Amino acid sequence: MSKPVVTLNSVVIRFAGDSGDGMQLTGDRFTMDTASLGNDLITLPNYPAEIRAPQGTLLGVSSFQLHFADHHVRSPGDAPDVLVAMNPAALKANIKDMPRGATIIVDKDEFIPRNLTKVGYETNPLEDGSLDSFHVHAVPLTSMTVGALSELSLTRKEAERSKNMFALGILTWMYHRPTEATEKFLTAKFANKPEILQANLLAYRTGWNYGETTEDFANSFEVAPTKMPAGKYRNISGNAALALGLIAAGEKSGLQIFLGSYPITPASDILHELSKQKKFNIITFQAEDEIAAVGAALGASYGGALGITSTSGPGVALKSEMIGLGVMLELPLIIIDVQRGGPSTGLPTKTEQADLLQVMYGRNGESPAVVLACSTPSDSFEMAFEAVRIATTYRVPVFLLSDGYIANGSEPWRIPDEASLPKINVEFAKTQEDFLPYLRDPKTLARPWAIPGTPGIEHRIGGIEKADKTGAISYDPANHDFMVRTRQAKIDGIEIPDLIVDDPTGDAEVLILGWGSSYGPIATAVEVLRANGENIAHAQLRYINPFPKNLGEILNKYQRVLLPEMNLGQLGMMLRAKYLKDIVGFNVVRGLPFSTNELVEAAMGVLHV
Amino acid sequence: MSDLTLTKKDFTSDQEVRWCPGCGDYSILSTMQAYLPELGIARENIVFISGIGCSSRFPYYLNTFGMHSVHGRAPAIASGLAIARPDLTVFVITGDGDALSIGGNHLIHALRRNVELKILLFNNRIYGLTKGQYSPTSEAGKITKSTPLGSLDTPFNPISLALGAEASFVARTVDSDRKHLTETLRAATAHKGSALIEIYQNCPIFNDGAFDAVKDSDTKEATLLQMIDGQPIKSSKFGVIQKGATFEVVELSSVDESQLVIHDSHNPDPSYAFALSRLSGSELTHVPVGVFRDVARPGYSSLVHGQLDEIIKSQGKGDLSKLLSGNDTWVVA
Ligand SMILES: Cc1ncc(C[n+]2csc(CCOP(=O)(O)OP(=O)(O)O)c2C)c(N)n1
Ligand code: SF4
Ligand SMILES: [Mg+2]
Repeated sequence: MSKPVVTLNSVVIRFAGDSGDGMQLTGDRFTMDTASLGNDLITLPNYPAEIRAPQGTLLGVSSFQLHFADHHVRSPGDAPDVLVAMNPAALKANIKDMPRGATIIVDKDEFIPRNLTKVGYETNPLEDGSLDSFHVHAVPLTSMTVGALSELSLTRKEAERSKNMFALGILTWMYHRPTEATEKFLTAKFANKPEILQANLLAYRTGWNYGETTEDFANSFEVAPTKMPAGKYRNISGNAALALGLIAAGEKSGLQIFLGSYPITPASDILHELSKQKKFNIITFQAEDEIAAVGAALGASYGGALGITSTSGPGVALKSEMIGLGVMLELPLIIIDVQRGGPSTGLPTKTEQADLLQVMYGRNGESPAVVLACSTPSDSFEMAFEAVRIATTYRVPVFLLSDGYIANGSEPWRIPDEASLPKINVEFAKTQEDFLPYLRDPKTLARPWAIPGTPGIEHRIGGIEKADKTGAISYDPANHDFMVRTRQAKIDGIEIPDLIVDDPTGDAEVLILGWGSSYGPIATAVEVLRANGENIAHAQLRYINPFPKNLGEILNKYQRVLLPEMNLGQLGMMLRAKYLKDIVGFNVVRGLPFSTNELVEAAMGVLHV
Repeated sequence: MSDLTLTKKDFTSDQEVRWCPGCGDYSILSTMQAYLPELGIARENIVFISGIGCSSRFPYYLNTFGMHSVHGRAPAIASGLAIARPDLTVFVITGDGDALSIGGNHLIHALRRNVELKILLFNNRIYGLTKGQYSPTSEAGKITKSTPLGSLDTPFNPISLALGAEASFVARTVDSDRKHLTETLRAATAHKGSALIEIYQNCPIFNDGAFDAVKDSDTKEATLLQMIDGQPIKSSKFGVIQKGATFEVVELSSVDESQLVIHDSHNPDPSYAFALSRLSGSELTHVPVGVFRDVARPGYSSLVHGQLDEIIKSQGKGDLSKLLSGNDTWVVA
């Protein structure tokens, strides 16, 4: 007889284990199976910087959180409903985030004295009553997996490796997820290793059966599909969406993409994604360092390609001088900064928004560049496309900011119709008499994109200040002043959409303003606040340089503005300087996205002064 | 279309040349302007990219496409251009500080990749533009403004460095020897991959006479060991013989001509060229000039485009619609 089914509106699951336990893969598979059922979702991977941190220690814990629901979800959720902990370290590292009454599934076999003392448990938490306020399922995951695979000719160690699939099997049963896609995935992944494939499939199915048959689990759960706009969907991470946006823009502009890059967490996947898509005639160049990466991209742009470089904060620091040259040469250049915790090496695998002032002002001289910020994983597609539009139309360096949270996090994405994407018009200078390389388009202030190979327009450019129109070297004081102002005016005049405010009543007194990746957490907090009867408006900036034209008006419309940032107040400083508006900052730099609770609390403080 | 019967004048830009009187850069420029018509390449298809330094002003004076870029980074920028645009002929102009100090990393990687660049390293063994500090090629003990007690660093031998970086073409010539410089340019442009030419260049202001031994009419014949393929390597006074695993310079009078090493720049073994590069130290008593190494190796940009062509041929041109959809999709009605 099958077990009773409980219907839930929303679930947050966290898979946690040793970094060698395959938790990211387990989480990914559960996500894909959940997405295919039509639930909206957001994911939050969280892993140590070390590839193989010491086994069984708190440092080595890797986790993957997934929030899915029958309604629209915007954040990975503050408090997990379910924790899967593959060892004592995973339990210890995550227990503080678990609310009373939550479900905890552990691998009982790992709770042996040696592992317990390694992480500072003096007594076994499975026995000492410290977990009494939770629903604990102590499952002998390791021994059951090994037992299930006893027929295969695998060593014990090899067999143990499939225990993550056993755990996935239990969760898949528990939440009525379909199994076919994961079985297909495993079959493809281990096509050349039939024994390992057998082991994984067997562990997965045994886990599922375990849930179905044992007394341990009394109920299973159902989460109805989310009502989402009609269309074709896929699940996508920010890095993947960003790469697709670049490829789409490459196709729509007819330009050849040239990506110069040097590997760095959490940006490397953009290099990997584009390298996989060479059939789109994309050139990817793994340079000797970040300076060469952006230099090669700029050289390619000079030649008429779409020069792009991808990196994280430390790489941006190295690229600064070359980006300054890009500002001087007035060529299209896209610099992707997937931000991580800083300064220096900082927290390579954690998220932060602290590169804003670096990309805005971190160059010598008056060196303005465009700055855009992606707000969600799927928005990264749109913003990458925008970055290309702006860079090619105005012939300027464009920074595109993402961060570890949305780069690795994923959500369902309604796949755009390829034909609906706008064409990006690109024009190169043509053969002409008396060519002037710095004669500007009166509307955009862009100079001609004059590429080698075009007869009659041979000319020399460089980083030395140049005379208006002719581009010849000029040390003339008035000309320098004019050129500095003109380069700034060009950025200031870039056409971008107005900022949209979500203010349903139209008379909120408080605006909560965010930028980039804080969109999801802020939107979730705003929902909670409104459900509690609070009147609050929300706007999310994706264009930072230039700011949307209506930003000043919006800031002035509200009595108080709360600005959460994962830094010590960088955008706040820019806004105060430009609009003389007092901004209330809410600044947290823990390497993690904002929790709903802390945002709600911060907003309450501003709503009820 | 450009008229391909161009003259030196066609390659001379309208910019006033601003090097110090007597600077070796003048003769290199003039030789280049005179050589370019011979290349038979339209002006618009030639690009000069330089870093920063006196020498790096070079592109301004040539009526081709040109970019005066960032200190040390010209090989990186030029690599991007050459890879994106294999139809262009790309020269890099750099100095000893630009190429070997701040830009050392880019130089060695461009050479190892064999990007189709012709790199002209103007070696005056000094920082000219910043008014005379010692450079990575200055002889040890050099007294300059930044080293009043003498420099402590061991200098680079740019030829040895380039060979160590897997360069497929390496040569050395002298600013004032138009004929030799022209021949060297000819060999470098005929080479398919990266070519590095070290040009001894006199800076009369901050390091005058650094190359007197290879320039003065009374010493140069004896000092310059001419490397000409198929001919014995020798100067008017010295010759090169095999000694054990390496080479030695001896007075011609002490050996029979038949004992001299016959030059072969196409020798696939880089240790041959490397051994030759070690024959001159910073004291310049005898200096091999000419092409040390010229071996065929596929150029980087041709490899890049070969890979692209192949994948597009085997899998077809990418389909954006298909790419956007990915493998795992679901439909919401
Ligand atoms: C980032 C940076 N650092 C320092 C300088 C100052 N600088 C300009 S040229 C140069 C050295 C040039 O020496 P070299 O490359 O030998 O060229 P030369 O002037 O001798 O031809 C230096 C240190 C600079 N322009 N940029
Ligand atoms: S300082 Fe030396 S290298 Fe520079 S222009 Fe004058 S003479 Fe030439
Ligand atoms: Mg020099």
